[in-house]
Amino acid sequence: MTDIAVAPGNGAAPLPVLTRKDFVSDQEVRWCPGCGDYSILANTQKVMPDFGYPRENIVFISGIGCSGRLPYYMNTYGFHTIHGRAPTLATGLKASRPELMVWVITGDGDALSIGGNHVLHSMRRNTDIKLVMFNNRIYGLTKGQASPTSELGKKTKSSPVGTIDQPLVPLSVAITAEATFVARTIDTYTEHIQDTLTAAGFHRGSTFVEVLQNCNIFNDGAWAPFREKDGRDDNVLLLKHGEPMIFGKDRDKGIRLRGFTPEVVQLGVDGVTEADLLVHDETAEDPTLAYILSRMWAPRFPVPLGVFRRVERPTHDQMLQGQIDDAIAAKGPGDLRGLLFGGETWQAG
Amino acid sequence: MTTDVSTNPAPDSVRDLDRVTIRFCGDSGDGMQLTGSQFTRTAAVFGNDIATLPDFPAEIRAPAGSLPGVSGFQISFSSNDIHTPGDAPDVLVAMNPAALKTNVNDLPPGGALIVNKDAFTAANLAKASYASDPLTDGSLSGWNVFEIPISTLNERSLDGLEMTSKQKDLTKNFFALGIMFWLYERSMEPTLRWVDSKFAGKPVFAEANKRALKAGYAFGETTEIFHHQQYRVKPAQLPAGTYRNITGNEATALGFVAASRLAKRDLFYGSYPITPASDILHQLSTYKSFGVRTFQAEDEIAAIGSAVGAAYGGAMGLTASSGPGIALKSEALGLAVMVELPLVVVDVQRAGPSTGMPTKNEQSDLLQVMFGRNGEAPVPIVAPATPTECFDYAIEAWRIALRHMTPVVYLSDAFLATGSEPWRIPEPADLPNIAVENWTAKETFHPYDRDPVTLARPWAVPGTPGLEHRIGGLEKADITGNVSYDPENHHRMTQLRAQKVAAVADDIPDLQVFGPSRGDLLVLGWGSTYGAIRSAVERLQQQGHSVAHAHLRHLNPFPRNTGDVLAAYRKVLIPEVNLGQLRLLIRGRYLVDAVGLNRVRGKPYRISEIEDAARLMLDPEGTAR
Ligand code: SF4
Repeated sequence: MTDIAVAPGNGAAPLPVLTRKDFVSDQEVRWCPGCGDYSILANTQKVMPDFGYPRENIVFISGIGCSGRLPYYMNTYGFHTIHGRAPTLATGLKASRPELMVWVITGDGDALSIGGNHVLHSMRRNTDIKLVMFNNRIYGLTKGQASPTSELGKKTKSSPVGTIDQPLVPLSVAITAEATFVARTIDTYTEHIQDTLTAAGFHRGSTFVEVLQNCNIFNDGAWAPFREKDGRDDNVLLLKHGEPMIFGKDRDKGIRLRGFTPEVVQLGVDGVTEADLLVHDETAEDPTLAYILSRMWAPRFPVPLGVFRRVERPTHDQMLQGQIDDAIAAKGPGDLRGLLFGGETWQAG
Repeated sequence: MTTDVSTNPAPDSVRDLDRVTIRFCGDSGDGMQLTGSQFTRTAAVFGNDIATLPDFPAEIRAPAGSLPGVSGFQISFSSNDIHTPGDAPDVLVAMNPAALKTNVNDLPPGGALIVNKDAFTAANLAKASYASDPLTDGSLSGWNVFEIPISTLNERSLDGLEMTSKQKDLTKNFFALGIMFWLYERSMEPTLRWVDSKFAGKPVFAEANKRALKAGYAFGETTEIFHHQQYRVKPAQLPAGTYRNITGNEATALGFVAASRLAKRDLFYGSYPITPASDILHQLSTYKSFGVRTFQAEDEIAAIGSAVGAAYGGAMGLTASSGPGIALKSEALGLAVMVELPLVVVDVQRAGPSTGMPTKNEQSDLLQVMFGRNGEAPVPIVAPATPTECFDYAIEAWRIALRHMTPVVYLSDAFLATGSEPWRIPEPADLPNIAVENWTAKETFHPYDRDPVTLARPWAVPGTPGLEHRIGGLEKADITGNVSYDPENHHRMTQLRAQKVAAVADDIPDLQVFGPSRGDLLVLGWGSTYGAIRSAVERLQQQGHSVAHAHLRHLNPFPRNTGDVLAAYRKVLIPEVNLGQLRLLIRGRYLVDAVGLNRVRGKPYRISEIEDAARLMLDPEGTAR
């Protein structure tokens, strides 16, 4: 997954070797004890040295919500912005400073409710931002209202007799919005979250990572079947590029496609073999497979984790820079005097 | 009135005039804006002083021939320095009954009315709700009417061209333009050149437009209808220099490119389409070779968000909109206030509230940009007074933003944006140096430390080693910039932000007065009312009144001497195209009992309206009349 070359920023001098500690800021972390955000933060700090960027060329931009606090704890450049708008600031920053590595930290309410429009458009533009959405299916910072990912009928402070709003599937949204990197992971699944964030960090283009995150105060146990080590093997499908989709503690179950409909099959039963199973292809141009995977959910299916989609397209900043380079190549660098005195002029006096 | 086409040319006579105002009006499909702008270019290149007022509907194509579909363009050209596009036209060119109906009452008695007789069909009269034909029912007897079968004559001049009659009809505006060129002794050359370049790949269309123009000109020359009487408006005595004709929006865009060069930073323009600001986006998107990055955002919020993000990275983050879009941007503008980054927000005002009248003029966003944010969130505000000043104040807005590390609002309006006048082009070498440095010193860096004079905080951009820090919308601790809920700190920071903006007053010129430095009446204005106020005050001064004009270009903070200027006159009149927004600020700040002239009709003031209001204050009893 680390085969995409990355320009490591601006210095020609050999980079000092950084460790997790270099990315820990001096600010006291203030999430509720036991919150899944701690693990996401620690793993984010852990993978940061891998990318080879000097610390000063990394920027974390967040919106509002519990997730929005993360930039304060990263010893990089950071910007805690306003509700839902982090992708817009990231877009402007990346467009004007293409050499920076820009992360957007957001939550389910921030990204899919108030900021939904910006997620759609930053994804379709292939803006080179690594968007990480902490999904706890609840509004935590405002103390427990329903979110756009809360399950239908959920009783919360704002929906005492249950929500009547169909929830969004974040990855389905990201895929149809033309994101070029789409992945899902879980806050406490250490190896997996590290692998996923690493793959996200090396991707060039619009990156959408959903982290299933536990809010132990307002929505404890939302992801329990997939989060706890015990049930995980039977309830989770780990996506591996080029490999058949097999899951289960005994690795005896798989996913087969019938027309456009996936189904769970038992290996060895009714003559089903590995050859009948869907093989994961995260680089497929066509987003259909990724979309089908994004619709698979418990209890009918194991919940897929990993990289759903990873395709290459020119990024927004590259294309913007390309147009500027073309214009300069065609016309020469802009001449202010020529511009002002251009057009139809006349002399007076 | 005759429409006979006589073919025995008599020797022409030419009469000199100081100033002429023409209004072209017709259906929005009739090309009136193009006709007006071609006449404007020709008059400008000839050396007249000019001022223009386009007036078009918000609908792209309202039903043809209907009253809401009427589009107009007024140009005033003169051998003297003029400040407005004229209170009333001397000549009205009406291409159809709807245009006649909506415009004729602006034409003073005895004014020249040129109508396209062919358009006065029963169907068109009905669309304009005329019960009877005004050309025959005597209702136009107060004007000097010239009925010309423009469509027929034009079609005849295009005989033999491979075009449908509908396509031929689209060139009739050039026939009308040709008549006006003859009447005012103008050269057709600039327009013929324009046709050649515009229709470079379409020789038939080029030929048709040229023939239409020349046929109109020849019609004026050869027929008896105008009695071979031409009029001449000599070139104006403008200050020496190289000139071009420019609209406010064009000047705004050029000013921002110049500012980027002067500041030695790339310009990033985040924008969402909105009338009447979109032309700035269109124009800036052609300046890629100047390193200008334009971004058409998904909405107004993304437009300003991207500009703030660019500013955070050290670029010149710019966004523009009109009133409704500015309302959407207000939260992000508050963020820029909190994080103290330089940013320029352009508001090309239009008639509101809500969608209002998108193509019509108003000055009603002053209080919105002054106060329209949550919390105490002051921003400097500048407002150009004329289309050409739009260039200067684009640079001025950036000078303040960069030097004082603050978002700045630039208030233009629909009249400035689309109106045009001759611009004496400045030499880039004469423009101010507005460059500032990024902060790079590690040892002395604190994100919310302040410059002792301007109170600006350091601009430390990502990519600078050793200065990694976090900013955001939460209240900052003084100096360190860490999140702080300390009550005393919040009070101190609120005051520091206010003081920082107030300190801009030390960095801007004094308010200038035109006229006596003390006296009976001061007429105080801002923005696009400049021309009408100046002309009214000139007239009153000529009549011997003790009256002066002062025009604010800095609306927050006000120039230091504003209070002294106000105190030097017995009375103060503030004309605004709103219900008294500057007046509220002036009364609140200086306890001056200023009187307002407040009309909101989507149009600029006529000179006479301001003159009358001022005279009423100078002589309430009317004894001097
Ligand atoms: S409210 Fe929930 S999401 Fe927020 S910090 Fe506490 S546990 Fe975490």
